[in-house]
Amino acid sequence: MDGTDLIKACSAIGAGLAMIAGIGPGIGQGYAAGKGAEGVGRQPEAQGDIVRTMLLGAAVAETTGIYGLIVALILLFANPFLPR
Amino acid sequence: MNGGFGPYKVIELPGGIVISQTVTVTWLIMLLLTVFAYFASKKFNKVPDKFQNVVEILVESIYGLTKQTMGEDKINFAPYMGTLLLFIGVANVSGLFGLRPPTADVNTTLGLSIMTFFMVHYNSIKSNGIKNYMKGYLEPMPFLLPLNIIGELANPISLAFRLFGNIVGGLIIMVLLYGALGSISTSLGIGIPILQAGIPAVLHIYFDLFAGLLQSFIFTMLTMVFISMAMD
Repeated sequence: MDGTDLIKACSAIGAGLAMIAGIGPGIGQGYAAGKGAEGVGRQPEAQGDIVRTMLLGAAVAETTGIYGLIVALILLFANPFLPR
Repeated sequence: MNGGFGPYKVIELPGGIVISQTVTVTWLIMLLLTVFAYFASKKFNKVPDKFQNVVEILVESIYGLTKQTMGEDKINFAPYMGTLLLFIGVANVSGLFGLRPPTADVNTTLGLSIMTFFMVHYNSIKSNGIKNYMKGYLEPMPFLLPLNIIGELANPISLAFRLFGNIVGGLIIMVLLYGALGSISTSLGIGIPILQAGIPAVLHIYFDLFAGLLQSFIFTMLTMVFISMAMD
């Protein structure tokens, strides 16, 4: 086993570990959706505004998870550690 | 670009300029939107026909959204926001027609978000004056200046990577699914990949239609919010 094989194996493990970042957005978006449902239940006439604000908040909460995905994608497809 | 899920090189111009799939699909979308705009604004009747009704609803809803999000005084931004919404929306949905969405390339999304970045700062200077703009970086305390600068620079990057990550994540899952269904049908002894028909449709609806339209809406909304926040 030479060096690049080790780098490839460790990069695959690292990509898997990077996707642990998906936990955070899951919790955050679930919280946002729950609060949104609460808001619609309390004030059904404001549904349009609530849904729009909720989607915006969910998209911002998603950012950290997307960063994790980008790190995983870079490790898998554009690995900076491998010699060119 | 070396294998994997990157855009294919279509042609390489002399001088090392690469025309990739992203560029050709963007040209196609530009053509489509231009033709649509030409026919939509060719003639307006007093009594609108079906097509004109659809166009009127589209334009009115974009103006309404801009007015609701940015306020009555910033209604001039509506044409740009409408263009952004239509371009990103069509680009994301183009995966349904077997094309590679241009937004699955970080160059496209970063270009769009840098446009937003410059609009935010230009309009902030224009409406607040350069003095108040500079003073905004020293708030709430002067020693937070580096943090404020990093925060401003992080905005376009997070905007670009949000769109890119969503679309490219969906694209990779679709490519993997097609590969898996193809190899399953080969190992079952069927010559043609019969399993590839029908099964991916559900995921296409989720990743291309739902997530794509949602992300185009979110990109436009965040652009509006950033600009109107910088101007107030």
